[in-house]
Amino acid sequence: MTTKSAWNITLAKQGWYKRNEIALTPWLFLIPGIVMFTMYVVFPIFQSFQISLFKWDGLGKLGTHGEYVGLANYEKLLTRDRSFNISLWNNLKWLIFYLVSIPAGLLIALFLNQAVRGIRLYKSLFFFPFVISQIVVGLVFTWFYDPQYGLFNGIIGFVGFEPINVLGDPGLATYGVIAAGVWPQTAFCMILYLTGLNSVDTEQVEAARLDGAKGMKMLWYVILPQLRPATFIAFVVTVIGSLRSFDLIAIMTNGGPFGSSRVLGFYMFEKSLSEYGFKMGYGAAIAVILFLIMMIFIGYFLWRTYQDEKAANQ
Amino acid sequence: MNFIMKATAASLATIVALSAPASAELTGELKINLDTSNPAPRATMEAMISRFQALNPELNITTTVIDREAYKTQIRNFLSADAPDVLTWYAANRMKPYVEAGLFEDVSDLWAEPAIAGSLASTKGALTLDGKQWGVPYSYYQIGVYYRQDIYEELGLSEPADFNEMLANCEAMIASGRKCYTIGTKWLWTAAAWFDYINMRTHGFDFQMEMARGEVKWTDPRVYETFENWGKLVRMGAFIDDHQNKDWQQSLPFVVNGEAGAILLGNFTVSPLREAGLTDDQLDFHQFPPITPGVALSEAAPTDSFHIAANAQNKENARAFLRYLVSPAEQTIINNGANLTQLPVNSAAAVDDDKFLKQGFEMLSTNSPGGVSQFFDRDFPAEIAQAAMEGMQEFMVFPDNLDDVLERIEAVREDSY
Repeated sequence: MTTKSAWNITLAKQGWYKRNEIALTPWLFLIPGIVMFTMYVVFPIFQSFQISLFKWDGLGKLGTHGEYVGLANYEKLLTRDRSFNISLWNNLKWLIFYLVSIPAGLLIALFLNQAVRGIRLYKSLFFFPFVISQIVVGLVFTWFYDPQYGLFNGIIGFVGFEPINVLGDPGLATYGVIAAGVWPQTAFCMILYLTGLNSVDTEQVEAARLDGAKGMKMLWYVILPQLRPATFIAFVVTVIGSLRSFDLIAIMTNGGPFGSSRVLGFYMFEKSLSEYGFKMGYGAAIAVILFLIMMIFIGYFLWRTYQDEKAANQ
Repeated sequence: MNFIMKATAASLATIVALSAPASAELTGELKINLDTSNPAPRATMEAMISRFQALNPELNITTTVIDREAYKTQIRNFLSADAPDVLTWYAANRMKPYVEAGLFEDVSDLWAEPAIAGSLASTKGALTLDGKQWGVPYSYYQIGVYYRQDIYEELGLSEPADFNEMLANCEAMIASGRKCYTIGTKWLWTAAAWFDYINMRTHGFDFQMEMARGEVKWTDPRVYETFENWGKLVRMGAFIDDHQNKDWQQSLPFVVNGEAGAILLGNFTVSPLREAGLTDDQLDFHQFPPITPGVALSEAAPTDSFHIAANAQNKENARAFLRYLVSPAEQTIINNGANLTQLPVNSAAAVDDDKFLKQGFEMLSTNSPGGVSQFFDRDFPAEIAQAAMEGMQEFMVFPDNLDDVLERIEAVREDSY
């Protein structure tokens, strides 16, 4: 009893902050983050919604130069704009084929997860594409695909195929760009899996081995379940990465040939900010749609994290 | 100079006009943004700025050179966020969005000065919007066919007098295992040069301008005629393969190596071709030949210009710089064969004794009765230009898609005018 009242007396003597320290400190630490996030993420989201209701060239003030058009931008986007459809389909292609980097990353990680002399060097060489700039990756692949001098046509010519102009063919350009994107993304997934493999429980592996599991069975039933957190992160990061693909397209094809390799992000830029793009409202409408698509995945990601935390706390 | 800055706008013009001849040395700052990132133009501009610096040693000049293609998207940012005093840009419709948004300074006062009013009259129209002038030109150039004279001679060909001869020349060129024309359409606008010429030669200057104003449907039979003429060249394989992922610089080696006979482009092509080793005996120029008999010949001669940002800090220094660069002496130097290899805008300046400049100047001043346009993407509104040039690129690869291409452009036209 005495100790408690003594405690209360000390509390009363202390200042307001000291008394509420436990409750306040986390918020204090959060303030910079919250301010930044509100200013640079939340606020622009609502601003995009607002701009998407206007016809505006993005140069003068929205209030004086903009013309309120309601949902006309969305109506045109969803019903009459073929470039938008192409971009949406290309986003879907990106989404699906970009995921190849997850199994590819796993494969390389399994391959590199051994104690050999110089393995650190090999690991860093495999990780290298993730370190270099996307712009450089794009340039390298552009030269690789070059119809006259490129290595790619040299290789397929050696096997007996006719040369093809990957980036100049409206049917192939997107796949060509995705392949360039998969290269660094594979390296990223590989690192995720390599760290995951470090924490694989050796006792379980030993036990499984005693029970006669090996090869694919070992991988599928023993290793992979333990790598689930890594797989989850790799999946989420790859999906979001595929939806924000932009730099590779800008450097490799500039959306071409004739707009066949655009994705929503690039189309948005082209409509609102590029050389001939003075339709800020229209661009904002594309941004909003891209945002809604992304929200599906981000929402799923948040929900899963929340569920995991809840399970961990029980 | 401070008292001038404080003077009212109306009296400003007269004061400046009176004080200009005295040309007191300038002080303070001058920020210049340039899009002249190709080697020859870059050196020219830097030399010109250093001459201006020598005249005004007290003036602190900051020059920023930005890659030409990147400049086209960055301009809107720096105009509003971090405005330079002086910047390069293009005349006609290309400056319209910035003029409308109030980001370019009205320089009608400069154009009222006798030194400029008389000698720049020929390009005044291109810099005029809403009855005011928004910049000064520094250079313009002809567009036409630059061809390998030695290859033409080897095959017994001569400059075509009409479109049929152009096609026949091309037949011969293809028969010799070459392509007729090189082009790189990655940035789209090079294809528009072909459209401009074939359209103006098929239907004339006035039709082209009607189209630019949006008065003609892109699905109009006359537009089809233009594309059918163009299609004759495309279908016979006149153009190099895989042009859709080359820029114009990457298309030049085909002419240099003799794999293609000619290129349709502006006179700025000459300097890199010369640098690549072609002599004036190997390279020659001809006007785009007539297509429909009786249609007056017209030309596209893009004008490059300098502007003052409305948010500029040192507008008086900027005006002095514009006055300097359009002066006959500077115009003669920067446009000569050792520098830009283009045409001076000041009528008192001398056209350099250069094979291509002489031909171009003569063509524009005597053989272009139909009129002189700027260029497709400077005459047409931005949105149409983008959609149409993309369509032209597609047409040059898949000429059979024409219906689809034109319908798509037409949909954009209907929405935007």
